[in-house]
Formats: sequence, C-alpha cells, structure tokens
Amino acid sequence: MLVSKDLDMFRYFVRRVLQGVLTFFGATFIVYALMFANQDDPLQALAGERPLPENVRQALTERYHLDDPFILQYGHYMRGLLTGDFGISLTNRPISEMMQQAWPVTIRLAVFAIIISALVAVTAGIVSGIRRGGIFDTTTLIITLVLLSLPIVVLAPLAQLLFGVQLHWFPATAGAEPGFYQLILPAVVLSCLVIATQIRVTRASVAENLRSDYVRTARAKGLANRRVIGVHVLRNSLIPVVTLIGVDLGNLMAGAIVTEGVFNIPGVGFNLFRGIRTEDGPLVVGFVSILVIVFLVVNLVVDLLYAVLDPRIRYE
Amino acid sequence: MSNVESVAQAEVPGAAGVPVSPDGGPEKPRSLTGDAWDDLRRNWIFWAAAVLVVLVVVMAAFPSLFTSADPDACALSRQHQGPSGSAIFGYNFQGCDVYARTIYGARNSVLIGLFATIIAGVIGLIVGMAAGYFGGWIDAVLARGIDIVLGIPTLLAAIVLARRLSADPQDTGFWAVVFTLGVLTWTTGARIMRSSVISAKNQDYVAAARMLGAGPGRLMFRHILPNAAAPFVVVLTILLGVNISTEATLTFLGVGLKGNAISWGIDISTAAPYVRETATPLVWPSIFLAMTVLAFIMLGDAIRDAFDPRLR
Amino acid sequence: MTDIKAEIDVLPGLDSSARLLEVEGLHVEFRTQVGIARAINGVDLHLDPGETLAILGESGCGKSVTAQAIMGILDTPPGFVTGGAIRYRGVDLLKLPEEQRRRVRANHVAMIFQDALSALNPVFPVGWQIAELFRVHRGMSRQDARKRSIELLDLVKIPAARQRINDYPHQFSGGMRQRVMIAMALALDPKVLIADEPTTALDVTVQAQIMNLLAELRRERNMGLILITHDMGVVADVADRISVMYAGKVVEEAPVLDIYARPAHPYTKALLESIPRLDLKGQQLNVIKGLPPNLTRIPAGCPFHPRCAYARDVCRADPSPPQYEVDPARTARCHFWTEVVGDEPAVK
Ligand SMILES: Nc1ncnc2c1ncn2[C@@H]1O[C@H](COP(=O)(O)OP(=O)(O)OP(=O)(O)O)[C@@H](O)[C@H]1O
Ligand code: SF4
Ligand SMILES: [Mg+2]
Repeated sequence: MLVSKDLDMFRYFVRRVLQGVLTFFGATFIVYALMFANQDDPLQALAGERPLPENVRQALTERYHLDDPFILQYGHYMRGLLTGDFGISLTNRPISEMMQQAWPVTIRLAVFAIIISALVAVTAGIVSGIRRGGIFDTTTLIITLVLLSLPIVVLAPLAQLLFGVQLHWFPATAGAEPGFYQLILPAVVLSCLVIATQIRVTRASVAENLRSDYVRTARAKGLANRRVIGVHVLRNSLIPVVTLIGVDLGNLMAGAIVTEGVFNIPGVGFNLFRGIRTEDGPLVVGFVSILVIVFLVVNLVVDLLYAVLDPRIRYE
Repeated sequence: MSNVESVAQAEVPGAAGVPVSPDGGPEKPRSLTGDAWDDLRRNWIFWAAAVLVVLVVVMAAFPSLFTSADPDACALSRQHQGPSGSAIFGYNFQGCDVYARTIYGARNSVLIGLFATIIAGVIGLIVGMAAGYFGGWIDAVLARGIDIVLGIPTLLAAIVLARRLSADPQDTGFWAVVFTLGVLTWTTGARIMRSSVISAKNQDYVAAARMLGAGPGRLMFRHILPNAAAPFVVVLTILLGVNISTEATLTFLGVGLKGNAISWGIDISTAAPYVRETATPLVWPSIFLAMTVLAFIMLGDAIRDAFDPRLR
Repeated sequence: MTDIKAEIDVLPGLDSSARLLEVEGLHVEFRTQVGIARAINGVDLHLDPGETLAILGESGCGKSVTAQAIMGILDTPPGFVTGGAIRYRGVDLLKLPEEQRRRVRANHVAMIFQDALSALNPVFPVGWQIAELFRVHRGMSRQDARKRSIELLDLVKIPAARQRINDYPHQFSGGMRQRVMIAMALALDPKVLIADEPTTALDVTVQAQIMNLLAELRRERNMGLILITHDMGVVADVADRISVMYAGKVVEEAPVLDIYARPAHPYTKALLESIPRLDLKGQQLNVIKGLPPNLTRIPAGCPFHPRCAYARDVCRADPSPPQYEVDPARTARCHFWTEVVGDEPAVK
C-alpha cells in the first residue's frame, strides 16, 4: 500500500516536472525569439537610438553569438542564463552584479506584500464566504471589483500622491536603503494587485466547502465552530488559493516594475524600469530573462506543492 | 495591473440579488436570452457598467461633444496652472489643457483595447475550437502550446515585444501595442473555447446532429458555437478592460504609445514626477483610466453572474 | 479513561434512570426564499439501551432532518427547531447552552452518514480524523490519540490498521471507508448511535457486513441504535422497533414483527407491498401512487389522504389524525387503523 502510494506521488512529480521543463524551454524560446528573431540589426535595436561604437558592437555580437544560426544562439543564451552569466548593461555593469544588489530589496518588498495580501484576503474571504449575501460580503465584493480594475499605473502614483505627498503618513519615496517603514506604502500598493483575486477565490472556496458533508461530520464530532472552520474548512479552502501564487507572482513582477519605479525603490523592478526608459537593451533582456525563469520555476514548485496539499490530486 | 487569468479565476458572482433555486441544486445551462437576461436586467452592477461603457465609447468616438478645447494646443506659459473656467482640470507640465487631453485620451485606450481583444479573440477562437473539436494529437499539441504561452508573464513579454515592434521613433506605437497585446493574451479565451467545445461536443443534441449527417462546419457554427459563446464573451469583455490597463502600463513604462500621441498612460507618466507641484494632471487621467477598465471588468463580471449563478 | 469521561461529560440534570433518548413533539422548519418548508411536524421517538430503532420512509420525509436535529447539526439558517423536546437521560438537549450541547455530540450521541467518501475530510489522513476526537475531547497527546485510533480501526476490522492510519479517505474502498466512519463515531463510547443510511452507497455484500458490524458493536456496547433507511428489507433482520415517517410525522410505530405481520397504517401497508420479494418474482409490484406532499403546502387533515386507498371525508379535514394506541407497544396515526389492521396484507 505504502509503496503504491509513493509510486503515485512519484509519477505525478515526474510528469509535472517533465511538463514544467517543456513549458520552461518553450516559454524561454518564445521570449528569446521576441527579443531577437527576424531583425535586420538586432544590436541597434538593443541599443535603441544611441549610436553603437564598433567595439561595443563586436562585443555584443560575440556575446549574443549573432553570427550563429538562431537555434544555436538560443542555446548559448540559455547556457548563459543557467550558468549565471546574464551579460553586461550598456552602462558597462555586469547584470549579475546589479541583480545581486537589487534582489534583496525586491524580495523584501514582495514578501511584505504577500503577507499583507494573504492575511487580509484569507480573513475577508472566510468572513465573506460564511456570511454570503451579508453587508460585509457585498461590500467586499464591490471593493474587490474596484481593486481588480485599478491599473497599477493609477494605483501607485495616486497612493504616493495621497498618502505620501498630501497626508504625509508615509515617505513619498523610499530612498537607497529602504527599511520597513519606507516599504509599507509600496507593499500595500503591490498587495492590492493580488488581493482581490485571493479574496474571491477564498470566498468561493469557503462557501463551497461549508456546504460539504465533511463539515457536517466535523460538527457531529462535537468540534467547536472555531475548529470546524479554522481547521477543516480552511485547510480545504486554501488549496485553490495556494495555486493562485503562481499567477500572482506574474502580477507582482509586473506591479513591482511600476511600483519600484514610482517610489524609487532600488530593486529589480526599478532597474528594469530605468533600463526601459534609458533604452538599455541588454539590461532589459537580461532582467526580463531572469524574471521569466523565476516565474516558471515558481510555477512549477507551486504545481508540486499542490500535490502535497491535496492528496487526491496525486491519483488523477 | 491585473491580468485576465486572475480575474477569470475569481469564479464568484457580484452582489446583486438574484433568486436561488430552493435546494441550491445544479442549474441547467442557461441560454443567451432567457433567464440570464432576466437576471442581468435586475443587476445594478450591469447597468452601472453599461452606462460607463457607453459613455466611454461615445467619448472615444466624439470627443468634441465633451470639450471644445484642442488637446494639442499647449503653451509652456500656462505650465501647471490650476483649474479655471476655461480649463476645468487646469494645465499640465507642457501647458496643455488637462481636461481636453483626458477626454481625447479615451480614443487610443478604447481602440487599442478593442483591436487587441479582437486579435486575441480570433486566435483564441481558432486555437480553442481546433483543439476542442479535433481532439487527439492536435488537441495535445495545442493544449501544450496554450500552457507554454500561459507560462510567459504577459507584461514582461510585452515589454520586450512592444519595444522591438516600435523601434521606429516616428511611429506612435499604436499598432505595436495592439499586436503585442493580441498575441500575448489569447490563451484564456482559447482555454474557455476549448473546454466549451469539448463539453458541447459530448451533448446529446450535437451527437444527434452528427448522426443526421451534419458536417463539421455546420456542427461548429450551428450547434457548438452558440453554446460556447457566453463564457467566451465574458472572458473577452474582461480581457478588453485588462488590455486597456496593460496598454496604460506599457505606455507609462515607455514601450507603449509614444511621442505626441494623446494617451492616459503618457499623461500619467509625465505628471507623476511633478505631483508635489500639482496633482490634477495626474489625478484626472488616472480616474478616467480606472473607470474605463472598471466598466469593462464589471460588465464581464455581471454577465458571468447571469450565466453562472451557482455560488450566490 | 472512564474517569476522565465521567468528569468531563457530566451534564446537569443527567438522570441515569430516565429514558436513554426521548424525542417529543419535535418541529423543524426551513425558512427558504420560496416559503417555509415544514420538514418535521411533531415527531415522537424513544430509544432504550441496546435497542435498534429503524426509521423508515420515502425520500424527503424528514428522516435525516430528525437525526440532525437530535445531533444539533441542522443547517441554521435555513433550518430551525421550532418546538418540542429532545431528552437524553432526562436532559433536554434543546435547552442546553451550546458549549454543553457540543460535548454531548460524539461523547453521548454520535452519528454516521450515508456517503463516507464525502463525509470524511479529503485532506486529512483517517487516523488524524479519528485522533482528533481524543485530542479535542480528551486532551490526549498526539501519540496516545494515535494509539487509540489504531485500536479503533482494529475494532471495526480494518486489516493492517497500523499502516492504514496514514492513508487518506479516497484510498479506501467504500466498505472500509464506512468502517472508518463507524470507528470515528464510536471513539468516545457514545450511548446513542444514529446511522443515517449507512449502507445505501455500498454493494449488497458489503452492506450485510456493515450491518452485521453495527449490530455486533451495538450488542457489545449496549448502545441504542437509530437506523435510518428507506429500505424495508434491511430492517427486518436488525431492528427491534420501527417508526414509519411521512411528511415530517411518525405515522406508525411498532415492534418489527407486528409491523410486518399487520401494518396499522395505510402508508406502512403500501410500503410493505412495494418491497420486491423473491417468492413473488414476476408479479407486478404495488408502487405507491402519487408523490409526497410539498412541505411548504402540506394538505389539511391527514397528509397522506391524496394517496390513500382508505381515505374518506374525515381524512381531508383538520385536525389531522391523532396518535391512536393500537396496542400498548404500538401507535398509528390513522382514523381507520382498525380497518387497516384487520385487512389481509395484499401480498402474503
Ligand atoms: N438545508 C436544507 N434547506 C432546505 N430544506 C431542507 C434542508 N435540508 C432538508 N430540507 C428539507 O427537509 C425535508 C426532509 O429532508 P430529509 O433530508 O430529512 O429527507 P430524508 O427523509 O432524509 O430523505 P432521504 O431518504 O432522501 O435521505 C426535505 O423535503 C428537504 O427539502
Ligand atoms: S387517516 Fe385517512 S387518509 Fe390518513 S391514512 Fe388513515 S385512512 Fe388514509
Ligand atoms: Mg436522508
């Protein structure tokens, strides 16, 4: 019995990892093609409108193996990425070095945002799911609708204007070494990007689970309501919420570019933001590539986590 | 910026009071006309969204109905002047009339959203129908393809693609953005279409029609599509809102609309650094952008509730 | 262990000489958007230790709702108990504060459900779900609770209990799953066990095994067992008494042999005539004509009159028939019970 159970789990893992690997190469190939394929002068495109001195041109040609056939170029590109060689920006700084400085800031910001959104979303989602149709539920649904519709380019500058510039509750910009306090406002802004979906999924899932038979069993076991909801219902309801993490991460990355740009937070998003505005092609390509890889890897991990959380899935 | 995948995942109805069947049992699938329309008519969210959408579309089509000022008439001498009788939202950094620019900004947003969504819809329709209808290895390959494109974070890919497509500095970047968004956002539609077609295909009346000798084309357009239409329309309506939002983000970052295009994204991006001096050039385009996106997402949400009232 | 139980589970007013369980005049209604469904309209039941009471009736007659009301696990809203008493050893459970009511569940009165797959929580191992009872109600350590869970799985004859304790519900067969449910219900040694169609979802052979297991455990532990079913065939072997429900009322109550020999209510009689029987193979079954009433509009008078072969004018007007005493151990709610008892059953 034990053996067959582990085998099922193992099969599931192998299948998911294989699928993940396929998606990984497919997606990175497409992104690479979007960057370089079918261009008269990819290097000039990288550099934008700047003049490109011959020595830089040569270095870049070598760097991107532009004399090789396309598929080989992609191979070189992937090898570079997987061995930690991300190239050099037009300002002549190694991208890996910029990354090293930027990651800690961005991770702090993102984790902060995720904690805020998870706490608020799970609480609000549970209350809404229990009291469906009530005032709290109705209000929450309207708020989520508004949050779902607020573009980050509206949210970030307006939050900065209102809470930073006008009310002075928080610093309007975070500065070079942002601490906890400086990150509160940007983290709240960022969390707004994912909170609405999390609330809605939690609510739907709680409502559905509350109607299920095992809740009746849990009551019949003489468990307090607190425990029925806090343990039995919650544990089941969180399964779909966890699977959202993958989608959320894409939103957070997109949001971080604008948020870090607006609040001047020296993270990954800020570097990318500046790279786009200064037309630093190699920087954009390098950063985007890394973010895509992180996104794909996290999604694969989430997929595997799903199997751990939901014992039924391993048998599908 | 939300993406359509997360909006579509939130399979939860809005807030209006629609009657439930007494035992909460499963409902039969709803037709485009009957019960769903009845529910929709009684949903205030639907009417609010519809009014907003009509307003935005009229604004995009006939901006001169709302303002007689010229959005391109800018004079640095009026830089950051406050609101006045002639310019009710004041003037921006370049001394352009904020109200006029905000009104005229609707056109680019709506058109880009519309065209991009049409492209995404057509790709999604073809891929989804082919995968669902033919099944077998065609489905396997297409489904994998959908997964792969879904595995690409939309905005990141849009940044590199839009940047490349509008390398020409003379260009406003309009078609580059349309194309970029179109080819990156078709997956949700394709998935919905695929599963709708698969479930429709298995229904009795379709099997009966096939038995009676209806060809694939007739089956698809007379029997399968009408049933798959509702969820597809919902996803595309929401996608329209999301695309408008993404366009603004791309433009804000500097890879979307460019130069002297009139666009909310550009206005927000140029006003943001000066918020300490004056707020209106930032606030008004932001509000209009948010309301436009809200209108389409609300509309999609309301329609979905009408068709899928399970979780009320 | 019994000391702890005694200590924790003392109920104020518990009287060991009073009836084990007594339901009197129970009323339950569901307040829905389409109106008030009067699901239970004055149900009377009683149960003694070691006894099996079967509750019979068509789908929707209120069997499960009665059980849920006894357990105190109605969905509220929409369900509300609007009248009556549920006395356990003299204590009216309906008057208990929620905290004490909660302790009655599983400790004194336990329940098992029809579909064990959906009744067990899919994301926890079965051992955990059993151990939870010991940890919550007895404050046991994880290890002790686990040990007790293994003992219980052994008790309900699950092979290799020690290994299977970590398995999830979906990894068990239907019969084994129902055994897990039984183990869970018996964990805290309740005095009353309510089994709501415990075998409906199972194969016939497995059904018999589960029924035997229940009967055996009831005997060993001297529990009172309420067995809910709409299968009259199952009842004959295991039940001591039968209560037949119709539209939220007990229309007939009698010792099992009496009811099979001479039903006193036309509905019971019709139910008996609708059982498929081997000796009458090929003969047309007498299926009861018509449908049970809509609970939001129960007809005046005897609720069974639209479908009753014996009905006369008096049946169609209020008041509905009272509980007539057929003999000291039997009651029936039919104006013409004497006539019904006197009639030969349509099939013999
Ligand atoms: N949660 C609820 N909301 C509304 N009505 C309910 C609810 N639960 C039960 N009812 C109503 O109460 C009546 C009795 O239901 P109950 O479940 O007790 O039937 P039953 O006798 O157990 O039938 P079955 O043999 O099908 O299990 C039904 O007609 C049902 O409509
Ligand atoms: S009271 Fe009348 S209607 Fe009711 S069961 Fe008896 S005979 Fe039939
Ligand atoms: Mg029942």
